[in-house]
Amino acid sequence: MTRYFSEDHEWIEVEGDLGTVGITDYAQGQLGDITFVDLPAEGATVGKGDSVSVVDSVKAASDVYTPVSGTIAAVNEALADQPELVNTEAETGGWLFRVTLSDAAELGALMDEAAYKSYVDSL
Amino acid sequence: MVCHASRSRVLSEYPVTDEDGLEPIEILTLPLDAWHREKGGRMVEFAGYYMPVQYEGIMAEHLWTRENAGLFDVSHMGQVFISSEEGITPAVEAAVEAALPIDLATLKTGAPRYSLLLDEEGGILDDLMVTRWATGFYLVVNGATKWDDIGTLRELLPDDVTLNHLDESALLALQGPKAFAALERHVEGDTPLADLKFMKGAAFKLGGVDAWISRSGYTGEDGFEIAIPGESAAHVADLLCGEPEVRPIGLGARDSLRLEAGLPLYGHDLSPETSVVDADLKFAVNKRRRSEGGFPGSDRVLKDFAEGTPRKRIGLVLEGRMAAREGAKVFNNDQEVGVVTSGGFSPSLQQPIAMAYVDAALVSEGADFVIEMRGKKLPAKVAAMPFVPHRYYR
Repeated sequence: MTRYFSEDHEWIEVEGDLGTVGITDYAQGQLGDITFVDLPAEGATVGKGDSVSVVDSVKAASDVYTPVSGTIAAVNEALADQPELVNTEAETGGWLFRVTLSDAAELGALMDEAAYKSYVDSL
Repeated sequence: MVCHASRSRVLSEYPVTDEDGLEPIEILTLPLDAWHREKGGRMVEFAGYYMPVQYEGIMAEHLWTRENAGLFDVSHMGQVFISSEEGITPAVEAAVEAALPIDLATLKTGAPRYSLLLDEEGGILDDLMVTRWATGFYLVVNGATKWDDIGTLRELLPDDVTLNHLDESALLALQGPKAFAALERHVEGDTPLADLKFMKGAAFKLGGVDAWISRSGYTGEDGFEIAIPGESAAHVADLLCGEPEVRPIGLGARDSLRLEAGLPLYGHDLSPETSVVDADLKFAVNKRRRSEGGFPGSDRVLKDFAEGTPRKRIGLVLEGRMAAREGAKVFNNDQEVGVVTSGGFSPSLQQPIAMAYVDAALVSEGADFVIEMRGKKLPAKVAAMPFVPHRYYR
């Protein structure tokens, strides 16, 4: 399993051709209290960089872009009742959706954990 | 991930520029800037200043204020003093009445009153508070509009009426059911703090500092607004936050609190495109002025009073958890009938609420509308405002 990060503050953990996507702990901290998560439809075909999910906080709504192209394989149903999981477990239980990758080469454009950390430090 | 709401710049690094978008404008600091940073405030640009949007988190700060007491720094707001060399004269009163739809004959010394600065067409340029002091009229106007307001007022007032921007004065708000208990420990004055009822004010010594304190605010809770010299702001803020009931609260919770209280926010729910009657602010035009007129835009405003307006500012409570945001369209039977001007998730009610301007003919309590948000149709019902009952000390 390998974890990658985007400049838009999404993480994706890849196992085989299945990627699990969420927003980073840094991102949830910036957004504050998450009150609602709008998740994509299972089976939807998505392209790298598409806005596929929206995270609502008390003060604003933020797009979540899929870092890879593919098909939505699953969404995190627990978020319907517990959107705050995105705050408390951003990079584990607060994952948003799973995507079956159509082009694994896209992962090459993403950062590893160390690179993302220095990216965040530079903000 | 990118934030939609224009007021949130959390993850977007916009440079702040002037209206032409050419030169970055210097963001100014307020007397409590270092104090906020020391307290862990997350500072954002607001109305040209660095201001704390939150400390521990909007939800927690909001609920703390509803249950205890929150200290808000609102020093970005404009404090203005209108008088003359002879103090308040009939000419000064006439000049203020020519500028605002207020009846000064009924304005007692010390009591703040809500008023509106209107343009010649009756459009709202700002909403503000007017207090009669012994020496002149003290106005508090919105931060983002204060420079324009000063210009507008200066044009409206004759030359022998003076207008001073009290830009060395800080303004704090202490709000919540325990605000009185916390504040009372630190004030001395000619009158006991307990004698101040809602919308009354008086001079006090607060921690040894000269303070003008009124029992007023923008949260719907009992509370106080406190004007003090800027150089004493940190001292007073430390004193108040040293009380167990008090925590510092940021602009984020200020916005969610005022929305629950049904109080409009200038630049969002009020603008030059809105006026007194459609904004549901009839009370801001005092009774005598409704018959006499004689204030900017009074022809239109009096006509609106007589005939009503095609649309009206209302409250909406949404089904589900997805919030409607400013700019979302309101529909009735697939027909567009209005627009959301403020919206968000209510921490107290745990559901989304919104203010909107909607076709007045369709509005009644409990009426159903649909708000379109990001391609989704959100069912919403008309609700009486405030969404959360006011708890003023009357």
